[in-house]
Amino acid sequence: MAVQDVPKGAKFTDKLGLVYGVYTIGFLVFFALMAYLETIGFEAKTIGILFLCFTIAIYAIIGYLSRTMQAEAYYVAGREVPALYNGMATAADWMSGASFVALAGGIYFGGYPYLGFVIGWTGGYVLVNSLMAPYLRKFGCYTVPDFIGTRYGGNIARLCAVIILVVASFTYVTAQINATGTIASRALGIPFEAGVWFGLLGILLCSMLGGMRGVTWTQVAQYIVLIIAYLVPVIWMSNKQNFGYIPHFNYGEAALRIQELEAQYGLTAAAEKIAGLSVLTTPHFDPQGGLDSWKFATLALCMMAGTASLPHILMRYFTTPTVTAARRSVGWSLFFIFLLYFTAPALATLTKLQLIDPNLATSIIGKSIADVQAIEWVKNWSAVGYLAVQDQNGDGILQLNEFFMRPDIVVLATPEIAGLPYVISGLVAAGGMAAAMSTADGLLLAIANALSHDLYYKIIDPKAETSKRLIVARVLLVVIGVAAALVASLKLTGILGAVAWAFCFACSGLFFPLVLGVWWKRANTAGAIAGMVFGFGAGTWYLYMIYNGLMEPVWAIDHLRFGIIGMPVSLVAMVVVSLLTPAPSAEVQDMVDRTRIPSGDTILAASH
Amino acid sequence: MSNDVAERNTQHWAKTRSLTIFILTLWFFFGMVLPWFARELDEIVIFGWKLGYYFVVQGSLIAFVVMIWYQNWRQDQIDREFGVSDE
Repeated sequence: MAVQDVPKGAKFTDKLGLVYGVYTIGFLVFFALMAYLETIGFEAKTIGILFLCFTIAIYAIIGYLSRTMQAEAYYVAGREVPALYNGMATAADWMSGASFVALAGGIYFGGYPYLGFVIGWTGGYVLVNSLMAPYLRKFGCYTVPDFIGTRYGGNIARLCAVIILVVASFTYVTAQINATGTIASRALGIPFEAGVWFGLLGILLCSMLGGMRGVTWTQVAQYIVLIIAYLVPVIWMSNKQNFGYIPHFNYGEAALRIQELEAQYGLTAAAEKIAGLSVLTTPHFDPQGGLDSWKFATLALCMMAGTASLPHILMRYFTTPTVTAARRSVGWSLFFIFLLYFTAPALATLTKLQLIDPNLATSIIGKSIADVQAIEWVKNWSAVGYLAVQDQNGDGILQLNEFFMRPDIVVLATPEIAGLPYVISGLVAAGGMAAAMSTADGLLLAIANALSHDLYYKIIDPKAETSKRLIVARVLLVVIGVAAALVASLKLTGILGAVAWAFCFACSGLFFPLVLGVWWKRANTAGAIAGMVFGFGAGTWYLYMIYNGLMEPVWAIDHLRFGIIGMPVSLVAMVVVSLLTPAPSAEVQDMVDRTRIPSGDTILAASH
Repeated sequence: MSNDVAERNTQHWAKTRSLTIFILTLWFFFGMVLPWFARELDEIVIFGWKLGYYFVVQGSLIAFVVMIWYQNWRQDQIDREFGVSDE
């Protein structure tokens, strides 16, 4: 197998195209083999298990071959990841189980307000590119707190950054491990708690031996699986239902048709609610202006600023060979992310139309309840409690508000609704697993690296040898992974809530200290500490008050967008305190000047 | 740093900053202004798309991708102009 060259570094990066080309073809051959097994009568469950085990085994092999005992390789993949591949790895790092599994379902049920996530999670990359990535790469840091600690100096600033990073990333990673548990338990037929531990095992196999290097090359492999798994069903379904080969550019009319049908049926709440399941009550797209616009903009802004402050994303740009390549790889990242994000609304629209348009063969609304309950996919999903069809008005006909569905099964159920073979469902499960694993990997590594590099090495024991540092890093990785799995198995919050919180924590505390560190020379240590403490503190306090009902939300700023409170507090505190205290030394100002130009040595020495 | 180098860095940064401000203005337009007026834009239908809907599900996303690639292309030019490119 060609990936044997991974540990040799330079040699391996010369033939990445070949390695991943062979890998992609191999995956497609495997897919064809599974499709063949299905036609000769293999059980659906066997195919699901094979899909999951085959892909995870490949990731584990890549993780093993990328093992290393060098700090530079462990923390920043030896800074030799070409822009294109770093773009793919970032896209996998970025697109979580939530994006893959829940995004289309969210759009299906959430309409205009929910689309704030789509704009926020793509537009954020403009901020990453303009304000952050090239400058942090020029700095030559290993972690995000490393930048804060060096630019502002002193252990207090570094420690504040570490704390915010850990809180934001840990909130996020529990949601990801939760998602791996859900997918693994369904595909393998094991209990959720066992699924969580199975997922964690896969995640650690990718990251423990090779650190950032292992995670980088597995994330590229995971991106390839997840994007194939997302696009194939949509294109296949679209063809089968006569929406065209590539439905993305002409589903505007489908959306118009949905609005017509909504007016015809009326969107009313269910007569009797079912816990955990939803009926369609939000219009497909019906912005009201005013408060509606405000809610959209505040959500999008929190997600954008959060994107530009989340350490597991920023640290991906530390791995490119040059500053120019770091910028270019942001361009690739957004392109690869865009492929999924502009597909999700198409998927949501076409799936909805298939269910509610009486002119289509797949529609169920307006049919007799008995007929609908006899449909294979309705039976399957009802059996596990993710879907329900109840004749609540007793007329024997299925109304729009009598069809209940769990929002996050839209992606998983679409292949069956459209009548595609089971092998597609197996593919989708593998894609969802790849998405959740790759994000969990990046997050766990961000936390463990910050604790081992910034807390242990820079603050507690600056004389520690490299080998000892890397052992500490790995022990922390396992400990944090286990802690996250324990929290995940408690199922405390919904996946989406936890994800939005992570973004708000990150942008409340880190956005302005990072941006102003490059863009405002006058920013000093005291200012940065004030910005982090007050911004993060205000955001967290507001979340606590709102979430526990101790206070009414101000201007409709709810728990999903508390960054709107944290960020301005952070900015004001940072500017005011900076101006009240002496300007940074000439040395620091000179360092900022050097950060702003791409050429020349990095600010921090190569191995620090 | 000698004066020449300092002067060069100042000019390089001035151009970089202008480019960044320009890109962030576009970002604000596509990311905030257009979605804000989705209701009004929905009155217009082009090629079967309501315009407000189009920008939120696709148009702004395409604009973001193009923006980043344009910015990097321009930034490369600026870096080379001042001889500070690292590639």
